[in-house]
Amino acid sequence: MYTGYMNSGRAPLENHVTSLYERLGGEPAVSAAVEIFYRRMLTDDRVARFFDGVDLDGQIAKQKGFLTMAFGGPHHYTGKDMRAGHAHLVARGLNDEHVDVVIEHLGATLIELGVGGADVEAVAAIANSVRDDVLGRPAATPARRG
Amino acid sequence: MAALEYEGRHFEVRPGETVLDALLAGGVDAPHSCRSGHCRTCLARVVDGSIPRGSQVGLKDAWRELGLVLTCCTVPETDLVIAPVGGLGLEVGATITETVRLAADVVRVRMTLDAPLEHRGGQYVTLVRGDGLARSYSTANVPDRDPFLELHVRVIAGGSMSGWLAGANLAGERVAIRGPDGECFYVADRTTEPLLLVGAGTGLAPLWAVAQDALRRGHTGRIVLVHGAVEAKGLYLVEELRELTREHGNFEYVGSVLRGEPEAGIEIGPIDALIRTRFPSLRGWRVYLCGNPELVFDLRKKVFLAGASTRDIHADAFVGRPTRAA
Repeated sequence: MYTGYMNSGRAPLENHVTSLYERLGGEPAVSAAVEIFYRRMLTDDRVARFFDGVDLDGQIAKQKGFLTMAFGGPHHYTGKDMRAGHAHLVARGLNDEHVDVVIEHLGATLIELGVGGADVEAVAAIANSVRDDVLGRPAATPARRG
Repeated sequence: MAALEYEGRHFEVRPGETVLDALLAGGVDAPHSCRSGHCRTCLARVVDGSIPRGSQVGLKDAWRELGLVLTCCTVPETDLVIAPVGGLGLEVGATITETVRLAADVVRVRMTLDAPLEHRGGQYVTLVRGDGLARSYSTANVPDRDPFLELHVRVIAGGSMSGWLAGANLAGERVAIRGPDGECFYVADRTTEPLLLVGAGTGLAPLWAVAQDALRRGHTGRIVLVHGAVEAKGLYLVEELRELTREHGNFEYVGSVLRGEPEAGIEIGPIDALIRTRFPSLRGWRVYLCGNPELVFDLRKKVFLAGASTRDIHADAFVGRPTRAA
Protein backbone atom coordinates (compact mmCIF):
# COMPACT_ATOMS: atom_id res chain seq x y z
CA MET A 1 0.00 0.00 0.00
CA TYR A 2 1.15 3.54 -0.71
CA THR A 3 2.10 5.30 2.52
CA GLY A 4 3.81 8.49 1.33
CA TYR A 5 1.01 10.60 2.68
CA MET A 6 1.47 9.27 6.18
CA ASN A 7 5.24 9.33 5.95
CA SER A 8 5.55 12.86 4.69
CA GLY A 9 6.42 13.96 8.24
CA ARG A 10 3.89 16.73 8.03
CA ALA A 11 0.38 16.99 9.31
CA PRO A 12 -2.11 17.25 6.49
CA LEU A 13 -2.60 20.91 5.74
CA GLU A 14 -6.21 21.89 5.79
CA ASN A 15 -5.64 25.25 4.14
CA HIS A 16 -4.05 23.87 0.96
CA VAL A 17 -0.92 25.99 1.07
CA THR A 18 0.68 23.08 -0.77
CA SER A 19 -1.40 21.02 -3.15
CA LEU A 20 -2.66 17.57 -2.29
CA TYR A 21 -0.58 16.41 -5.26
CA GLU A 22 2.63 17.53 -3.54
CA ARG A 23 1.63 16.21 -0.13
CA LEU A 24 0.68 12.81 -1.52
CA GLY A 25 4.14 12.59 -3.05
CA GLY A 26 3.57 13.55 -6.68
CA GLU A 27 3.65 11.17 -9.60
CA PRO A 28 4.09 7.82 -7.78
CA ALA A 29 1.02 8.55 -5.68
CA VAL A 30 -1.03 9.42 -8.73
CA SER A 31 0.13 6.20 -10.40
CA ALA A 32 -1.08 4.23 -7.38
CA ALA A 33 -4.32 6.17 -7.24
CA VAL A 34 -5.14 5.89 -10.92
CA GLU A 35 -5.07 2.09 -10.82
CA ILE A 36 -7.41 1.92 -7.83
CA PHE A 37 -9.67 4.53 -9.42
CA TYR A 38 -9.81 2.89 -12.84
CA ARG A 39 -10.43 -0.60 -11.43
CA ARG A 40 -13.38 0.83 -9.53
CA MET A 41 -14.74 2.48 -12.67
CA LEU A 42 -14.35 -0.61 -14.83
CA THR A 43 -16.19 -2.80 -12.34
CA ASP A 44 -19.08 -0.35 -11.81
CA ASP A 45 -21.96 -1.23 -14.14
CA ARG A 46 -23.20 2.34 -14.04
CA VAL A 47 -20.17 3.57 -16.02
CA ALA A 48 -18.23 0.54 -17.28
CA ARG A 49 -19.87 0.55 -20.72
CA PHE A 50 -18.22 3.87 -21.55
CA PHE A 51 -14.86 2.10 -21.42
CA ASP A 52 -15.76 -0.82 -23.69
CA GLY A 53 -13.08 -1.27 -26.31
CA VAL A 54 -10.82 1.54 -25.09
CA ASP A 55 -7.08 1.05 -24.92
CA LEU A 56 -6.09 0.33 -21.32
CA ASP A 57 -2.67 2.00 -21.42
CA GLY A 58 -4.00 5.07 -23.21
CA GLN A 59 -6.89 5.34 -20.80
CA ILE A 60 -4.63 5.06 -17.76
CA ALA A 61 -2.48 7.89 -19.14
CA LYS A 62 -5.57 10.08 -19.58
CA GLN A 63 -6.93 9.25 -16.14
CA LYS A 64 -3.55 10.12 -14.68
CA GLY A 65 -3.80 13.53 -16.24
CA PHE A 66 -7.28 13.95 -14.79
CA LEU A 67 -6.28 12.83 -11.30
CA THR A 68 -3.22 15.07 -11.35
CA MET A 69 -5.47 18.00 -12.17
CA ALA A 70 -8.00 17.02 -9.51
CA PHE A 71 -5.20 16.75 -6.93
CA GLY A 72 -4.01 20.24 -7.82
CA GLY A 73 -0.87 19.08 -9.61
CA PRO A 74 0.72 20.34 -12.83
CA HIS A 75 -1.48 19.98 -15.89
CA HIS A 76 -2.32 21.79 -19.08
CA TYR A 77 -5.87 20.67 -19.63
CA THR A 78 -8.32 23.26 -20.83
CA GLY A 79 -12.10 23.32 -20.94
CA LYS A 80 -11.79 22.83 -24.69
CA ASP A 81 -9.80 19.60 -24.16
CA MET A 82 -12.43 18.35 -21.74
CA ARG A 83 -15.22 19.07 -24.22
CA ALA A 84 -13.45 17.51 -27.17
CA GLY A 85 -12.34 14.49 -25.15
CA HIS A 86 -15.85 13.61 -23.95
CA ALA A 87 -18.06 14.64 -26.86
CA HIS A 88 -18.27 11.06 -28.17
CA LEU A 89 -19.34 9.87 -24.71
CA VAL A 90 -21.98 12.59 -24.36
CA ALA A 91 -23.35 11.36 -27.68
CA ARG A 92 -23.60 7.91 -26.06
CA GLY A 93 -25.57 9.22 -23.13
CA LEU A 94 -22.98 10.50 -20.62
CA ASN A 95 -24.82 12.67 -18.11
CA ASP A 96 -24.68 14.16 -14.61
CA GLU A 97 -25.29 10.81 -12.93
CA HIS A 98 -22.14 9.42 -14.50
CA VAL A 99 -20.10 12.43 -13.41
CA ASP A 100 -21.42 11.83 -9.89
CA VAL A 101 -20.18 8.23 -10.10
CA VAL A 102 -16.73 9.45 -11.16
CA ILE A 103 -16.58 11.83 -8.20
CA GLU A 104 -17.79 9.05 -5.89
CA HIS A 105 -14.98 6.73 -7.01
CA LEU A 106 -12.45 9.53 -6.82
CA GLY A 107 -13.40 10.05 -3.17
CA ALA A 108 -13.37 6.32 -2.39
CA THR A 109 -9.92 6.03 -3.99
CA LEU A 110 -8.55 8.82 -1.82
CA ILE A 111 -10.05 7.32 1.31
CA GLU A 112 -8.45 3.98 0.39
CA LEU A 113 -5.11 5.84 0.21
CA GLY A 114 -5.68 7.33 3.65
CA VAL A 115 -6.49 10.86 2.53
CA GLY A 116 -8.63 12.92 4.90
CA GLY A 117 -12.09 14.43 4.47
CA ALA A 118 -11.17 18.04 3.70
CA ASP A 119 -8.88 16.96 0.88
CA VAL A 120 -11.50 14.60 -0.51
CA GLU A 121 -13.94 17.50 -0.61
CA ALA A 122 -11.40 19.77 -2.27
CA VAL A 123 -10.72 17.15 -4.95
CA ALA A 124 -14.43 16.64 -5.52
CA ALA A 125 -14.82 20.41 -5.94
CA ILE A 126 -12.08 20.53 -8.59
CA ALA A 127 -13.59 17.54 -10.41
CA ASN A 128 -16.99 19.19 -10.21
CA SER A 129 -15.62 22.37 -11.72
CA VAL A 130 -15.12 20.64 -15.07
CA ARG A 131 -18.58 19.03 -15.08
CA ASP A 132 -20.08 21.42 -17.62
CA ASP A 133 -17.09 21.11 -19.92
CA VAL A 134 -17.17 17.32 -19.73
CA LEU A 135 -20.89 17.25 -20.48
CA GLY A 136 -20.54 19.82 -23.26
CA ARG A 137 -22.81 22.41 -21.62
CA PRO A 138 -22.37 26.16 -21.47
CA ALA A 139 -20.60 27.03 -18.21
CA ALA A 140 -23.10 27.70 -15.38
CA THR A 141 -21.25 30.87 -14.43
CA PRO A 142 -19.71 32.59 -17.43
CA ALA A 143 -16.02 33.25 -16.95
CA ARG A 144 -15.31 36.90 -16.34
CA ARG A 145 -12.14 38.72 -17.10
CA GLY A 146 -10.60 41.27 -14.80
CA MET B 1 23.53 24.80 -22.67
CA ALA B 2 23.21 21.24 -23.98
CA ALA B 3 23.43 20.17 -27.59
CA LEU B 4 20.47 18.19 -28.91
CA GLU B 5 20.34 16.15 -32.08
CA TYR B 6 17.02 14.96 -33.49
CA GLU B 7 16.62 13.30 -36.88
CA GLY B 8 19.91 14.77 -38.06
CA ARG B 9 19.05 18.31 -36.99
CA HIS B 10 20.88 20.18 -34.26
CA PHE B 11 19.38 22.29 -31.50
CA GLU B 12 20.51 23.97 -28.32
CA VAL B 13 18.67 23.41 -25.07
CA ARG B 14 18.88 26.26 -22.58
CA PRO B 15 19.41 25.42 -18.91
CA GLY B 16 16.14 24.29 -17.36
CA GLU B 17 14.46 23.92 -20.73
CA THR B 18 12.98 20.58 -21.81
CA VAL B 19 13.81 18.69 -24.98
CA LEU B 20 10.23 19.24 -26.15
CA ASP B 21 10.57 23.02 -25.60
CA ALA B 22 13.77 23.07 -27.63
CA LEU B 23 12.29 21.02 -30.47
CA LEU B 24 9.17 23.17 -30.68
CA ALA B 25 11.25 26.37 -30.50
CA GLY B 26 13.40 24.96 -33.28
CA GLY B 27 10.39 24.53 -35.52
CA VAL B 28 10.02 20.75 -35.19
CA ASP B 29 6.43 19.52 -35.25
CA ALA B 30 7.17 17.24 -32.30
CA PRO B 31 4.16 15.26 -31.04
CA HIS B 32 2.93 16.43 -27.63
CA SER B 33 -0.24 17.03 -25.69
CA CYS B 34 -0.46 17.39 -21.91
CA ARG B 35 3.11 18.68 -21.38
CA SER B 36 2.93 17.31 -17.85
CA GLY B 37 4.25 13.77 -18.23
CA HIS B 38 0.95 11.90 -18.31
CA CYS B 39 -0.32 11.45 -21.83
CA ARG B 40 2.87 9.94 -23.33
CA THR B 41 2.21 11.61 -26.66
CA CYS B 42 5.72 13.10 -26.57
CA LEU B 43 7.60 9.81 -26.09
CA ALA B 44 10.98 9.65 -27.82
CA ARG B 45 14.07 7.54 -27.46
CA VAL B 46 17.45 8.59 -26.13
CA VAL B 47 19.97 7.12 -28.55
CA ASP B 48 23.06 8.76 -27.05
CA GLY B 49 23.71 10.66 -23.83
CA SER B 50 22.62 9.98 -20.28
CA ILE B 51 18.95 9.69 -19.42
CA PRO B 52 18.04 12.70 -17.30
CA ARG B 53 16.39 12.32 -13.94
CA GLY B 54 12.63 12.63 -14.05
CA SER B 55 12.37 11.92 -17.77
CA GLN B 56 11.01 8.38 -17.37
CA VAL B 57 8.64 8.88 -14.47
CA GLY B 58 5.75 6.44 -14.60
CA LEU B 59 7.02 4.50 -17.63
CA LYS B 60 7.07 0.71 -17.78
CA ASP B 61 10.39 -0.93 -17.01
CA ALA B 62 10.61 -2.28 -20.56
CA TRP B 63 10.23 1.23 -21.94
CA ARG B 64 12.92 2.51 -19.57
CA GLU B 65 15.28 -0.19 -20.78
CA LEU B 66 14.64 0.89 -24.34
CA GLY B 67 15.69 4.44 -23.41
CA LEU B 68 12.24 5.93 -23.94
CA VAL B 69 11.67 9.31 -22.29
CA LEU B 70 8.86 11.83 -21.98
CA THR B 71 10.39 14.77 -23.85
CA CYS B 72 8.14 17.23 -21.99
CA CYS B 73 9.91 16.18 -18.77
CA THR B 74 13.41 15.70 -20.21
CA VAL B 75 15.81 18.40 -19.08
CA PRO B 76 19.19 17.36 -20.50
CA GLU B 77 22.07 16.74 -18.13
CA THR B 78 24.45 15.97 -21.02
CA ASP B 79 24.33 16.44 -24.77
CA LEU B 80 21.61 14.19 -26.17
CA VAL B 81 20.76 12.41 -29.37
CA ILE B 82 17.03 11.69 -29.54
CA ALA B 83 15.01 9.69 -32.07
CA PRO B 84 11.28 9.39 -32.66
CA VAL B 85 9.86 6.20 -31.11
CA GLY B 86 8.70 4.80 -34.42
CA GLY B 87 12.01 5.39 -36.07
CA LEU B 88 14.19 2.87 -34.30
CA GLY B 89 14.44 0.46 -37.16
CA LEU B 90 17.68 -0.50 -38.72
CA GLU B 91 17.81 -2.99 -41.51
CA VAL B 92 20.26 -5.86 -41.66
CA GLY B 93 20.70 -8.53 -44.28
CA ALA B 94 20.06 -12.15 -43.30
CA THR B 95 20.38 -15.65 -44.74
CA ILE B 96 17.67 -18.23 -43.99
CA THR B 97 19.24 -21.40 -42.62
CA GLU B 98 16.14 -23.54 -42.11
CA THR B 99 12.37 -23.62 -42.34
CA VAL B 100 10.71 -26.33 -40.23
CA ARG B 101 7.05 -27.15 -39.49
CA LEU B 102 6.35 -26.99 -35.76
CA ALA B 103 2.60 -27.53 -36.08
CA ALA B 104 0.06 -27.84 -38.88
CA ASP B 105 -0.06 -24.07 -39.27
CA VAL B 106 3.27 -22.94 -37.77
CA VAL B 107 6.67 -22.78 -39.46
CA ARG B 108 9.88 -22.07 -37.58
CA VAL B 109 12.27 -19.92 -39.60
CA ARG B 110 15.88 -19.57 -38.53
CA MET B 111 18.37 -17.22 -40.11
CA THR B 112 21.84 -15.84 -39.58
CA LEU B 113 22.25 -12.07 -39.58
CA ASP B 114 24.97 -10.17 -41.46
CA ALA B 115 25.39 -7.87 -38.46
CA PRO B 116 24.14 -8.07 -34.88
CA LEU B 117 20.64 -6.69 -34.41
CA GLU B 118 20.23 -4.92 -31.09
CA HIS B 119 17.10 -6.63 -29.93
CA ARG B 120 15.67 -8.34 -26.87
CA GLY B 121 14.22 -11.82 -27.16
CA GLY B 122 10.47 -11.49 -27.71
CA GLN B 123 10.48 -8.13 -29.49
CA TYR B 124 9.15 -8.19 -33.03
CA VAL B 125 10.94 -7.55 -36.29
CA THR B 126 9.88 -7.11 -39.89
CA LEU B 127 10.98 -9.74 -42.36
CA VAL B 128 11.54 -8.31 -45.85
CA ARG B 129 11.73 -10.60 -48.87
CA GLY B 130 13.90 -9.75 -51.90
CA ASP B 131 10.91 -8.33 -53.81
CA GLY B 132 10.02 -6.00 -50.93
CA LEU B 133 7.17 -8.06 -49.43
CA ALA B 134 7.29 -7.38 -45.68
CA ARG B 135 5.59 -8.93 -42.62
CA SER B 136 6.18 -8.56 -38.89
CA TYR B 137 6.94 -11.51 -36.62
CA SER B 138 8.00 -11.88 -33.02
CA THR B 139 11.46 -13.15 -32.27
CA ALA B 140 11.42 -16.49 -30.48
CA ASN B 141 14.92 -16.73 -29.12
CA VAL B 142 17.50 -14.92 -27.05
CA PRO B 143 19.92 -13.26 -29.44
CA ASP B 144 23.09 -13.26 -27.34
CA ARG B 145 22.75 -16.98 -26.69
CA ASP B 146 22.03 -18.34 -30.17
CA PRO B 147 24.00 -17.62 -33.35
CA PHE B 148 20.71 -17.35 -35.26
CA LEU B 149 17.45 -15.44 -35.20
CA GLU B 150 14.28 -17.52 -34.84
CA LEU B 151 10.75 -16.57 -35.91
CA HIS B 152 7.51 -18.55 -35.71
CA VAL B 153 5.32 -17.91 -38.71
CA ARG B 154 1.63 -18.70 -38.78
CA VAL B 155 0.76 -20.27 -42.09
CA ILE B 156 -2.26 -18.55 -43.57
CA ALA B 157 -4.16 -19.99 -46.54
CA GLY B 158 -3.28 -17.79 -49.47
CA GLY B 159 -0.76 -15.78 -47.39
CA SER B 160 2.03 -14.42 -49.61
CA MET B 161 4.84 -14.47 -47.07
CA SER B 162 3.73 -17.42 -44.97
CA GLY B 163 2.94 -19.46 -48.06
CA TRP B 164 6.42 -18.80 -49.36
CA LEU B 165 8.05 -19.69 -46.04
CA ALA B 166 5.96 -22.84 -45.69
CA GLY B 167 6.64 -23.96 -49.25
CA ALA B 168 10.00 -25.08 -50.54
CA ASN B 169 13.18 -25.46 -48.50
CA LEU B 170 14.50 -21.91 -48.33
CA ALA B 171 17.94 -22.55 -46.82
CA GLY B 172 20.37 -20.05 -48.33
CA GLU B 173 17.65 -17.57 -49.32
CA ARG B 174 18.58 -13.91 -48.73
CA VAL B 175 16.16 -11.65 -46.83
CA ALA B 176 16.38 -8.51 -44.68
CA ILE B 177 15.30 -7.89 -41.11
CA ARG B 178 14.04 -4.53 -39.90
CA GLY B 179 13.46 -3.55 -36.33
CA PRO B 180 13.19 -4.37 -33.55
CA ASP B 181 10.17 -2.98 -31.72
CA GLY B 182 7.77 -3.96 -28.95
CA GLU B 183 7.73 -4.28 -25.20
CA CYS B 184 7.46 -8.07 -24.80
CA PHE B 185 10.86 -8.95 -23.40
CA TYR B 186 12.27 -9.95 -20.04
CA VAL B 187 13.38 -7.21 -17.67
CA ALA B 188 15.75 -8.59 -15.05
CA ASP B 189 15.18 -6.14 -12.23
CA ARG B 190 12.72 -8.16 -10.15
CA THR B 191 13.99 -11.71 -10.37
CA THR B 192 11.98 -13.07 -7.47
CA GLU B 193 8.55 -11.90 -8.59
CA PRO B 194 6.14 -14.16 -10.45
CA LEU B 195 5.71 -14.00 -14.23
CA LEU B 196 2.59 -15.01 -16.11
CA LEU B 197 3.10 -15.55 -19.84
CA VAL B 198 -0.07 -15.98 -21.89
CA GLY B 199 -0.37 -16.34 -25.63
CA ALA B 200 -2.30 -18.04 -28.37
CA GLY B 201 -1.08 -19.42 -31.68
CA THR B 202 2.29 -17.98 -32.64
CA GLY B 203 1.93 -15.72 -29.61
CA LEU B 204 4.03 -18.48 -28.09
CA ALA B 205 7.11 -17.19 -29.95
CA PRO B 206 7.82 -14.12 -27.79
CA LEU B 207 6.79 -16.00 -24.63
CA TRP B 208 9.22 -18.80 -25.42
CA ALA B 209 11.96 -16.17 -25.76
CA VAL B 210 10.93 -14.42 -22.52
CA ALA B 211 10.83 -17.70 -20.59
CA GLN B 212 14.26 -18.77 -21.80
CA ASP B 213 15.75 -15.34 -21.16
CA ALA B 214 14.26 -15.21 -17.65
CA LEU B 215 15.55 -18.66 -16.72
CA ARG B 216 18.97 -17.99 -18.21
CA ARG B 217 19.29 -14.74 -16.25
CA GLY B 218 18.47 -16.51 -13.01
CA HIS B 219 14.86 -15.58 -12.47
CA THR B 220 13.90 -17.41 -9.29
CA GLY B 221 10.25 -16.36 -9.05
CA ARG B 222 7.49 -18.55 -10.40
CA ILE B 223 7.08 -18.53 -14.19
CA VAL B 224 3.81 -19.82 -15.62
CA LEU B 225 3.43 -20.09 -19.40
CA VAL B 226 -0.09 -20.64 -20.74
CA HIS B 227 -0.33 -21.40 -24.44
CA GLY B 228 -3.72 -21.47 -26.08
CA ALA B 229 -4.97 -23.02 -29.31
CA VAL B 230 -8.30 -24.12 -30.73
CA GLU B 231 -7.34 -27.80 -30.58
CA ALA B 232 -4.39 -29.74 -29.18
CA LYS B 233 -2.80 -30.04 -32.61
CA GLY B 234 -2.35 -26.26 -32.57
CA LEU B 235 -0.07 -26.47 -29.54
CA TYR B 236 3.60 -26.67 -30.43
CA LEU B 237 6.98 -26.87 -28.66
CA VAL B 238 5.10 -29.01 -26.15
CA GLU B 239 8.01 -31.39 -25.54
CA GLU B 240 10.50 -28.52 -25.23
CA LEU B 241 8.23 -26.75 -22.75
CA ARG B 242 7.75 -29.92 -20.69
CA GLU B 243 11.51 -30.38 -20.71
CA LEU B 244 11.90 -26.84 -19.37
CA THR B 245 9.45 -27.76 -16.60
CA ARG B 246 11.57 -30.77 -15.63
CA GLU B 247 14.78 -28.70 -15.64
CA HIS B 248 13.46 -25.73 -13.68
CA GLY B 249 11.38 -26.12 -10.54
CA ASN B 250 9.97 -22.60 -10.88
CA PHE B 251 8.73 -23.06 -14.47
CA GLU B 252 5.27 -24.33 -15.25
CA TYR B 253 3.61 -24.96 -18.63
CA VAL B 254 -0.12 -25.16 -19.24
CA GLY B 255 -1.66 -25.98 -22.59
CA SER B 256 -5.13 -24.53 -23.09
CA VAL B 257 -7.47 -25.65 -25.87
CA LEU B 258 -11.04 -24.70 -26.66
CA ARG B 259 -12.11 -28.23 -27.50
CA GLY B 260 -10.79 -31.79 -27.51
CA GLU B 261 -10.31 -34.89 -25.41
CA PRO B 262 -8.94 -34.52 -21.88
CA GLU B 263 -5.15 -34.96 -21.79
CA ALA B 264 -2.53 -34.53 -19.06
CA GLY B 265 -1.18 -30.98 -18.85
CA ILE B 266 -3.82 -29.61 -21.21
CA GLU B 267 -6.92 -27.79 -20.02
CA ILE B 268 -10.10 -27.52 -22.04
CA GLY B 269 -12.09 -24.28 -22.14
CA PRO B 270 -11.65 -20.57 -22.81
CA ILE B 271 -8.19 -19.30 -21.88
CA ASP B 272 -9.54 -16.30 -19.95
CA ALA B 273 -11.61 -18.61 -17.73
CA LEU B 274 -8.51 -20.71 -17.06
CA ILE B 275 -6.54 -17.60 -16.05
CA ARG B 276 -9.37 -16.39 -13.82
CA THR B 277 -9.69 -19.73 -12.06
CA ARG B 278 -5.99 -20.32 -11.58
CA PHE B 279 -5.03 -16.74 -10.78
CA PRO B 280 -7.86 -15.01 -8.92
CA SER B 281 -5.36 -12.36 -7.79
CA LEU B 282 -2.51 -11.14 -9.98
CA ARG B 283 -1.35 -8.43 -7.63
CA GLY B 284 2.44 -8.29 -7.83
CA TRP B 285 2.63 -10.37 -11.02
CA ARG B 286 4.32 -9.26 -14.20
CA VAL B 287 2.17 -10.38 -17.11
CA TYR B 288 3.04 -10.87 -20.79
CA LEU B 289 0.21 -11.18 -23.31
CA CYS B 290 0.88 -12.03 -26.96
CA GLY B 291 -1.26 -13.03 -29.90
CA ASN B 292 -4.31 -11.83 -31.76
CA PRO B 293 -5.58 -8.37 -30.75
CA GLU B 294 -9.04 -9.51 -29.56
CA LEU B 295 -7.50 -11.92 -27.05
CA VAL B 296 -4.71 -9.59 -25.94
CA PHE B 297 -6.97 -6.56 -25.36
CA ASP B 298 -9.56 -8.67 -23.57
CA LEU B 299 -6.98 -10.35 -21.32
CA ARG B 300 -5.21 -7.07 -20.62
CA LYS B 301 -8.36 -5.66 -19.07
CA LYS B 302 -9.03 -8.87 -17.15
CA VAL B 303 -5.55 -9.22 -15.67
CA PHE B 304 -5.63 -5.53 -14.71
CA LEU B 305 -8.93 -6.08 -12.91
CA ALA B 306 -7.39 -9.14 -11.23
CA GLY B 307 -4.84 -6.81 -9.65
CA ALA B 308 -1.87 -6.62 -12.04
CA SER B 309 -0.55 -3.10 -12.38
CA THR B 310 -0.74 -1.60 -15.88
CA ARG B 311 2.98 -0.96 -15.66
CA ASP B 312 3.56 -4.67 -15.27
CA ILE B 313 1.42 -5.75 -18.20
CA HIS B 314 3.49 -6.24 -21.34
CA ALA B 315 1.18 -6.70 -24.27
CA ASP B 316 1.96 -7.46 -27.86
CA ALA B 317 -1.19 -7.56 -29.94
CA PHE B 318 -0.42 -8.91 -33.36
CA VAL B 319 -2.09 -5.99 -35.09
CA GLY B 320 -1.77 -6.08 -38.83
CA ARG B 321 -0.69 -9.68 -38.68
CA PRO B 322 -3.74 -11.40 -40.11
CA THR B 323 -5.03 -14.42 -38.26
CA ARG B 324 -6.86 -15.74 -41.29
CA ALA B 325 -6.76 -15.30 -45.02
CA ALA B 326 -8.40 -12.16 -46.28
